[in-house]
Amino acid sequence: MGPHLTIEPNDRSVGSAAAAAGKGVEMTSVLLGEGAHVAGSQADQLAAFDSAIAADERIEPRDWMPDDYRKTLVRQMAQHAHSEIIGMQPEANWITRAPSLRRKAILMAKVQDEAGHGLYLYSAAETLGTSREELLDKLHSGRQKYSSIFNYPTLTWADVGAIGWLVDGAAITNQVPICRCSYGPYARAMIRICKEESFHQRQGFELLLALSKGTEEQHAMAQDAVDRWWWPSLMMFGPPDDESAHSARSMGWKIKRHSNDELRQRFVDICVPQAEALGLTLPDPDLSWNEEREHWDFGPIDWEEFRQVLQGNGPCNEERISRRRQAHEEGAWVREAAAAYAAKKATKDHLPRDGGVRDGDKAEATVSAR
Amino acid sequence: MTRSDARAPYGAGPLDSPLLPLADDALVLSHRLGEWAGHAPVLEEELALANIALDLLGHARALYSELGDEDELAYLREERAFRNCQLVEQANGDFARTMIRQLFFSAYQELLYTQLAALGHPLATKAVKECEYHRDHAEHWTLRLGDGTEESHARAQRATDSLWRFTGELFLPLGPGGPGGTPELDGPDLVGAVDWDALRRSWTDRVTGVLDAATLTVPTTEQHGAWAAGAGRQGLHTEPFGRMLAEMQHLHRSHPGASW
Amino acid sequence: MSSTDWPLWEVFVRSRRGLSHTHAGSLHAPDAEMALRNARDLYTRRSEGVSVWVVPSHQITASSPDEKDPFFGPAGDKPYRHPTFYEVPEGVRNL
Repeated sequence: MGPHLTIEPNDRSVGSAAAAAGKGVEMTSVLLGEGAHVAGSQADQLAAFDSAIAADERIEPRDWMPDDYRKTLVRQMAQHAHSEIIGMQPEANWITRAPSLRRKAILMAKVQDEAGHGLYLYSAAETLGTSREELLDKLHSGRQKYSSIFNYPTLTWADVGAIGWLVDGAAITNQVPICRCSYGPYARAMIRICKEESFHQRQGFELLLALSKGTEEQHAMAQDAVDRWWWPSLMMFGPPDDESAHSARSMGWKIKRHSNDELRQRFVDICVPQAEALGLTLPDPDLSWNEEREHWDFGPIDWEEFRQVLQGNGPCNEERISRRRQAHEEGAWVREAAAAYAAKKATKDHLPRDGGVRDGDKAEATVSAR
Repeated sequence: MTRSDARAPYGAGPLDSPLLPLADDALVLSHRLGEWAGHAPVLEEELALANIALDLLGHARALYSELGDEDELAYLREERAFRNCQLVEQANGDFARTMIRQLFFSAYQELLYTQLAALGHPLATKAVKECEYHRDHAEHWTLRLGDGTEESHARAQRATDSLWRFTGELFLPLGPGGPGGTPELDGPDLVGAVDWDALRRSWTDRVTGVLDAATLTVPTTEQHGAWAAGAGRQGLHTEPFGRMLAEMQHLHRSHPGASW
Repeated sequence: MSSTDWPLWEVFVRSRRGLSHTHAGSLHAPDAEMALRNARDLYTRRSEGVSVWVVPSHQITASSPDEKDPFFGPAGDKPYRHPTFYEVPEGVRNL
């Protein structure tokens, strides 16, 4: 064991203390530029990277990594972060109408968690030298995607339950394996997220159960929501394996641990008995237990609908992105004010002006600590 | 409590409790802050606003539970039976308006709950720490908006000027003799024992101190409108409040007797 | 980068008294005071901490991964720094 990261209360030089400590320290640093990474040829670096992946070691922000690995990660983490942020909208839609104070508190806490998860993931993406501002720009201009599921509307209160049970359920099935992703910061963000998400799915299940066991109208509301959310939830695992563009490579890099179809099957197997416990039906006449495979068989997914929503023709694509953009634009004067105030204070206190990301010396100059 | 009691604008029982206005304040402001979800100026502020909203909702629920059924009190009263001050029901407006409203209210709530805690009210003892954090958060933003850019200064000043007339109501005594209570009140009269003059002085010191530091001008206008003094505490509200309640109560009222 | 961009801060949380602060993640804030508050709201909303530090990310200096060997290699062959290096005769206590 190397020395632990121990920072004593009076130690002002947190960074250097931590850096010297070594083991377990995953620190931020100012890169010296590409020139700093001259040790070994590209082939040596690639070999070192490959053997780290093979040995199930984690790749950390400042390690050498292939460009495509970096790009894939940034794309995936950004898309994941965007999904959390956009995903706040369909649920926030019901905060002001939640039918009991208990449900209101739960829903507010859940939507807040999603903002938090977005933050963890943007931070993880920033470790690869892409600023949050840049990522938000790409979201707002449509150059980066978010999960298509959030382009469906929440029409009734039961939809809040269906999102918790099915959408969060599918997300957890997808996310648990990412806790072992080869990229350290992403894996660590996912561990935190998965821990917090477990309440999301449960509250959704409990909400639906209350409706299902409630009045006739409430039961119908719950069934209607499950009918509408079931198929889009299955689409959340992405296209079938034989059509999935990046799947194989991501699995090779251990960014991804299971194929889309594997995860989808796992999710269906989990949901069938849960639906029964809820007293609700899953809207698939082909659903049947397959003795031989020891899995539930399910009917064909309408991939045309998936493609349509992905291409922007879902019920809420336009609305989601314009609301996001609006919130960002309307907040600009607030962010500006706080930055201006900080600059004034820094000048007054004769401190050098904060030279971080804001000074524009390239986001690449600052790699976040992990 | 029966449903008809809950619907009556002026009934006996919980509706006369001086704790009811405090519960209503907390619920209504929590609801308003909840409207920010997904719209905050920056992601970090989503977390902060939701934390404050959740704290306030917690206060409301704890107080309602002392008075009766929390959902009946929240969802089945008409507008005229709500005793919250008009300040908290004001629409969010821009972020400056939301933060100035928060500053005015949190400074009040912290001081009031501090006195209640000293009188031995268990909820106030817990809540006062949360109120302190809310006030601190609002102070920090008031400084940054007031002393930030020209635009933020103008917005913060506008919010201050516009909300000032709702602040006088905060210092009207609750409890026996006050607009929110009756002399026949039974039970421990914690709120009646509050020193309202001291509360007003401390609030004024605190708030004007922050406004000064934020380079904002403290309004010299009246702290209440032509007929608005004490109005919220007497069940007279502003127009946006009815629409807020309609949205909040609609689903619950659409399914009488259902549980959620 | 525009003037509305806030710098990045690293957050360290002491999860309970007696333990040291450990790195929890990062966030954006206009200044240290707000960074501290944002950190409290983001990283301790499930009572994960009793104390928080924030450090501007750009002020942290770290060793380079390329220096792995010169930095951390030499410590590897000094087993005599560890107590298990020494043999203690059976029966000797409190050593």
